[in-house]
Amino acid sequence: MSKFRKEGGKETPAISTASLPDIVFMLLFFFMVSTTMREVDLNVSVLVPEAKEIVKLEKKDLVSNIYVGVPMRKFQKTFGTEPKIQLNDQFATVDDIQSFIASEREARKEELRNKLTTSLKVDQYTKMGVIIDIKQELRKASSLKLNYSTRQAAE
Amino acid sequence: MARKTPELNASSMADIAFMLLIFFLVSTTMDIDTGIYKKLPPIPEDETPENEPKVKQRNVLAILVNRNNELLVNGELLDISQLREKTKEFILNPKNDKNLPEKNVKTIPYFGDVMVSKGLVSLQNDRGTSYETYIRVQDELAAAARELKDAKAMLKWGKKFKDLNDDQQAAVKKYVPMQISEAEPKNVGGRR
Repeated sequence: MSKFRKEGGKETPAISTASLPDIVFMLLFFFMVSTTMREVDLNVSVLVPEAKEIVKLEKKDLVSNIYVGVPMRKFQKTFGTEPKIQLNDQFATVDDIQSFIASEREARKEELRNKLTTSLKVDQYTKMGVIIDIKQELRKASSLKLNYSTRQAAE
Repeated sequence: MARKTPELNASSMADIAFMLLIFFLVSTTMDIDTGIYKKLPPIPEDETPENEPKVKQRNVLAILVNRNNELLVNGELLDISQLREKTKEFILNPKNDKNLPEKNVKTIPYFGDVMVSKGLVSLQNDRGTSYETYIRVQDELAAAARELKDAKAMLKWGKKFKDLNDDQQAAVKKYVPMQISEAEPKNVGGRR
């Protein structure tokens, strides 16, 4: 028994939580910066095929998306179960693609307009007929950079 | 002397920040778009068929994909898994076979005078081909091209193609030209 020890021992001091907001804010800013909001609501169900030889698509702001797939269940009454094209938020036909590309170009700065890439997000069970038509329309609109969106296949 | 302002209670700051944090956590999507990059050929300005460049038959690897997703490569039924080897053999032509593409001598930086294949891959799909098969064919062709480039880069520098610098990559690309031409769609039997 030491004569210096007090009766009952010392109480542990409470942990200061004053820096907790700072830590949380740091996390918050990280997520705010790295976040990209989903721009469109998908009306078609798209499961892109798998591939191994893929590249990353950089500069998301220079990409315009074309979705092709079977309409979601709630739209199947009106649009049927055949694969449909979706541009922005609504269903479209092949003939709308040229004006879509034109409006996408219009939305970009002048010097970036020829750097626009079109990303085709096509469901894997779609037939090539639609895609051949889309490619012809893209060529007519002279939007020649194309990216077939795929998933990374397991090695 | 003015009264001291009471200190602001900051203990709820953490709660507010947490709420925001959770909102961003939930709404965030961090997936990066990946895909196969392709460049479409521009529409030819005059559509007279005489302007089409004449290519000898031995220089063309014609890949046809039908609506049952079956491959016909130069008149021979082939499985997709065999396509990569077939393409590599076609481009390399190791035994200088008469039925495989010609080669001509080209001067390429780093390599000097080398024999470069004149081979050309031509791909044609039916409108009923599934997109999945199309992507698999594209993927196999891209894989064949990458393997050929890697082999050349390994031989010369002992590195993979993607680890070379830009000049070296350009040289290897010239050495192993991989031209894939997709046939102009033919409308057989109507539009749809």
